[in-house]
Amino acid sequence: MATAAVEAQRVSKVFGEGPDQVVALDAVDVQIRQNEFFTLLGPSGCGKTTLLRLIAGFDHPTGGSILLNGEEMSGLPPFKRPVNTVFQNYALFPHMTVAGNIAFGLEMLGKGKAEVAETVDRMLKLVRMEALKDRQTSQISGGQQQRVALARALAPHPQVLLLDEPLSALDLKLRKEMQIELKRLQHETGITFIFVTHDQEEALTMSDRIAVMNHGKILQIGSPREVYDHPAERFVANFIGETNLIEADVLAIADGSARLRLGSGVETEADLPDGMEGRNRVTVAVRPEHASLADTDPTLSGQLETVVYFGTDTHYHVRLDGGDLFTVRTQNTRDGGEAHAPGSPIGIRIAEKSVQVLRD
Amino acid sequence: MASTTDVGTRPGPGPGVDTGTTQPRRRRPFSVKRLPGFATVAILCFVMLYAPIFTLVVYSFNDGTSIAIWEGFSWRWYEAAWANEQVKEASVRSVVIASFASLIATTVATMAALATTRSRNFKGQTAVYAMINQPLMVPEIVTGVALLIFFALIKVATGYTGLAYLVAAHTAFCIPFAYLPIRARLESMDLSLETAAADLYATPWMAFRRITLPLLWPGILAGLMLAFVISLDDVVITEFVKSAGQDTLPTYMLGQLRRVVTPEMNAISTVFFSISVALVTVFFFLSRRRR
Repeated sequence: MATAAVEAQRVSKVFGEGPDQVVALDAVDVQIRQNEFFTLLGPSGCGKTTLLRLIAGFDHPTGGSILLNGEEMSGLPPFKRPVNTVFQNYALFPHMTVAGNIAFGLEMLGKGKAEVAETVDRMLKLVRMEALKDRQTSQISGGQQQRVALARALAPHPQVLLLDEPLSALDLKLRKEMQIELKRLQHETGITFIFVTHDQEEALTMSDRIAVMNHGKILQIGSPREVYDHPAERFVANFIGETNLIEADVLAIADGSARLRLGSGVETEADLPDGMEGRNRVTVAVRPEHASLADTDPTLSGQLETVVYFGTDTHYHVRLDGGDLFTVRTQNTRDGGEAHAPGSPIGIRIAEKSVQVLRD
Repeated sequence: MASTTDVGTRPGPGPGVDTGTTQPRRRRPFSVKRLPGFATVAILCFVMLYAPIFTLVVYSFNDGTSIAIWEGFSWRWYEAAWANEQVKEASVRSVVIASFASLIATTVATMAALATTRSRNFKGQTAVYAMINQPLMVPEIVTGVALLIFFALIKVATGYTGLAYLVAAHTAFCIPFAYLPIRARLESMDLSLETAAADLYATPWMAFRRITLPLLWPGILAGLMLAFVISLDDVVITEFVKSAGQDTLPTYMLGQLRRVVTPEMNAISTVFFSISVALVTVFFFLSRRRR
């Protein structure tokens, strides 16, 4: 296997001292592959931005080491690392033009005038900003500033591009556009992107792989499909998309899957997360769209509480016989489907291979 | 009707209260401008501020020797002032002292501002601010007396009696005036710009030269202007620190006023005033310039 673009080995970061100390990162291990669009996803304060700043060299780890293409980076200042950053607030230099901003990194690297000019033009073209080359950065819109920030960070052709919630200041429409744009840029430049976000949808649509973080730890790393369909922990299941959590008894465990008995007495097969040891009782996750309402042969049963219409789909909130709330999501059709009255008893059928056991 | 009587029976409605109509009373936010006599007070204040200066300027063109009786227009007092060797000497001395003092003070203030804003909040930060701004808080007369005694000791010890004492004293009290606009500018500056520069391969020195300094420049110039004007204007400390024959323009004028007062004083004052106003105007525009 090729050397990892970025490798964190038991990286810790502690801010403050004594009783005030905050553990921002707790012995994090991660390998980010070459040319990968890798996303660090988590709520604010989970340590994702701290990890990014450690890779960039703005902060230094309290313990562990960070390797870039196999080279130890610890102790190197940011200006000696072949890594560039797109900042959340863009941090464009206000006293320079668009072209001046993009040229800055190249000039600092001591590139010749002709090469700088040529690269700046290429970058302007890449982010479709040729027309605004000589504008002051204060005279362009937020979306355009975003593009300039991207071009500035890509111009020196870094080995890794770090993006710190770069889309959070944009409105929804522009954000969707930039998501596609970022994917395109990553594909065209072949640079490894490390993207930090708290927006699970953004993470799912853009990433090759996602690391879900909470409380300074990486809880799960996987493709968007893996983390969505097979969340290993309660936090991951809850943070990415909507999910139903129900308790179940373990009947048998064999090779990555388990035979469970649900509260309703129905038995079902469920996937086990890696490295899960045997237990009698577990929590399982079921996505709302992997369940349907069923009158015959239900997996679970309860009473329909509310029906919420969303246009593309409808959510049914069902109070299970055990007392838990369970959401079923069904795709809407033109004929309106079957009408269900709130308050009526109802059955739920969970699709095959849709039950995921959580580690905790 | 009910509402009309209601308002009418209230004890002493203000002069602005509309009691005659049924229109709902619009509640306006409190505004100083609507207080009775506001305009009068405002005009009086402006008169007090500008009338004396206006009179001073007008009588600088008086043809007579009185500063109170108008005898026609003339440039004679400007010519007299121009021809006055003592005025020339004092002016040159003022400018020399102000130039050195403001340059040194601005350099020191820039470094102080960088040191106090470019670090994380630290213990005793307020104390440091207070120490830097000491000249704003200690009465000038106290500083003057202290300097007189302190410099006397040095003069006795070294025998040196040159302008350096004045430059040193002026530098000291100019520092806070240079420091304040520079610090204000630094505090409004986005720290992530320097981080971004470092990220784009700029060494700390290059980041300072290419990013921080150009953005700080208007603040530095503003500080320099302000320090220059403050130094140019000083009387109290200069009076205490100067040796014989080291009059600056303000102390020379003070000395003259004790003897005969002619419109020559008005002429000198007018020129002095114009220069100060010009410099402060430049300061104003520099500090207003955004980013």
